[in-house]
Amino acid sequence: MGDDRRSFLRRAGWGLACLAGAGSATELAGAFLRTEEETGGGKRLGMVVDLVACAREEGCTKCVEACNAVHNVPSLRDPGHAVKWIWKERFPDAFPDQEAENVLETVTEKPAVVLCNHCDNPPCARVCPTEATWKRPDGIVMMDWHRCIGCRYCMAACPYGSRSFNWVDPRPGLARPSPDYPTRTKGVVEKCTFCDERVDAGEPPACVAACPARAMAFGDLSDPKSEVRRLLRSRFALRRKAALGTRPSVYYLV
Amino acid sequence: MLEKALVGSRGYWRWVTFLLGVIALGVVFYLRQFSSGLGITGLSRDVTWGFYIAQFTFLVGVAASAVMVVLPYYLHDWKVFGKITILGEFLAIASVAMCVLFIFVDMGQPTRVVNILLYPSPHSLMFWDMIVLNGYLVLNVVISHVTLGAERQGVPPPRWIKPVILLSIPWAISIHTVTAFLYSGLAARPFWLTAVLGPRFLASAFSSGPALLILVCLLLRKLTKFDAGEEPIRKLAVIVTYAMSINVFFVLMELFTALYSDIPEHVSHFQYLFLGLSGHATLVPWMWTAEALAVLALVLLLNPRTRKRHGTLVVACLAVFASIWIEKGLAMVVTGFIPTPLGKVASYVPTAPELLIAAGVYAVGLLLITLLYKIALSVRGEVAT
Repeated sequence: MGDDRRSFLRRAGWGLACLAGAGSATELAGAFLRTEEETGGGKRLGMVVDLVACAREEGCTKCVEACNAVHNVPSLRDPGHAVKWIWKERFPDAFPDQEAENVLETVTEKPAVVLCNHCDNPPCARVCPTEATWKRPDGIVMMDWHRCIGCRYCMAACPYGSRSFNWVDPRPGLARPSPDYPTRTKGVVEKCTFCDERVDAGEPPACVAACPARAMAFGDLSDPKSEVRRLLRSRFALRRKAALGTRPSVYYLV
Repeated sequence: MLEKALVGSRGYWRWVTFLLGVIALGVVFYLRQFSSGLGITGLSRDVTWGFYIAQFTFLVGVAASAVMVVLPYYLHDWKVFGKITILGEFLAIASVAMCVLFIFVDMGQPTRVVNILLYPSPHSLMFWDMIVLNGYLVLNVVISHVTLGAERQGVPPPRWIKPVILLSIPWAISIHTVTAFLYSGLAARPFWLTAVLGPRFLASAFSSGPALLILVCLLLRKLTKFDAGEEPIRKLAVIVTYAMSINVFFVLMELFTALYSDIPEHVSHFQYLFLGLSGHATLVPWMWTAEALAVLALVLLLNPRTRKRHGTLVVACLAVFASIWIEKGLAMVVTGFIPTPLGKVASYVPTAPELLIAAGVYAVGLLLITLLYKIALSVRGEVAT
């Protein structure tokens, strides 16, 4: 009898352990297979760049200058150490999966402005070992420079080259540091944050505000009445490396 | 047992002093890196991982290879490996220690490294790599301590250690698999995005590690009274032969899929490796050397006569080790970044401070191996007399 009870208890114990194991396994699987449903608040901030309008202002770098000034992005001598939040790339380099030869030269032979895509399914946040980069409920992919350990796994994971590492102290590279925004230290990763500080104050991102061609628009992609959605209805748009499943929030009108 | 490491011949102390000197030099340059940033390395915004992370990857393989003596001994009762399992386990301990150090010196903010524990992130493979590597270190420290202690007292090891040893077998596989997952799960890097990366890592580990062990056994026979015997070396040589053949087979699989499918973003990395791309060809001579060494090793290993003769076996083992070091310790990590996702072909060459810091880490590993082997052989000598 005693033996029976003991073996029953033992079996029950194992059963419970298995259940607990299965439970945590499901939780783990959930952590791996996060879906878009998680985007909270119904809001998804995004940007629409009109490549044709942008290309009309040949050589213009107003958006880049505005961003650099607002966010204390340094200019450093060694191009290998450069920090970039928003910059211009050749079209075939920004869109390597678009067969652009002899197609729509008004766009494909002009540079395209590139920045963090604030992906809906961001690979950088997936690989970060300290949650120093994560997606906000409104879709902004944020970066905590105080938690980042500088392992640069996010830079290996980003398919867009949108992340920069502070290989050296960035402060000597600031001619006129802005007192309204933090400077960074050596050894951490940084990137565009869609101007979260301005967006939270109800202003558009600095690059959008600075564009003389009004080629950039910012707004809620989940709101059918928003300006960004209206623009996306009006013309055909591309997203960078869409086939990778990152679901970028930056669209390019062609 | 540790006191055994404190007595030794003049040659022993000279070697230990030399290693301490290299470590000191590494520390000096690490302090420079610590104060001025990773900018003193050859890394850049395009090639963000380089020599440090590549050495880490290579050494995880050496660490995992201990399983190639542990598994036959404990699962298949190959008694001949009884004398050398401890050498394999100590090699694993020193290799994991070097792995951890290489990760550490690569950190931009090393003082924040505990954040990995404070904010555990199971969605990051780096979290799992930390768990399996540290677990493997603990397993091998416990196992070697208990078995060597029992041997010293002339008693059989306690029974509870057997399941721990059996656990260390799949655990060894896991450390290199998870390390491969660090790379092979990134959609951004087509060069690493291949299911064969994990198997390839294991095959190259199980050839380079046992090759190193053969060299160590032969060296110990020259320098000390320890003789592993002829039989275990022959068996190890067979393991190296199989693993190296499988490794070369996997490399050819990879080449076929990339080159025959002819998808530009897959082809370009191999083009960079073997032919050079847009005038950048730093790795080309290295890669052809690695391939020539692999062929030489296979010729010497597959022929039973040259595999059994010590002179040629040593050449074969050196060729295996060097070939895989070039493949994993130089080419594999850096090429994932060239060309970049923006199509740029960047250059990366490690700087002198970077190499000296790496030498310092290797010296720490060699010092650990020296001390641990000294302890093991002293205990054995004690038992013999």
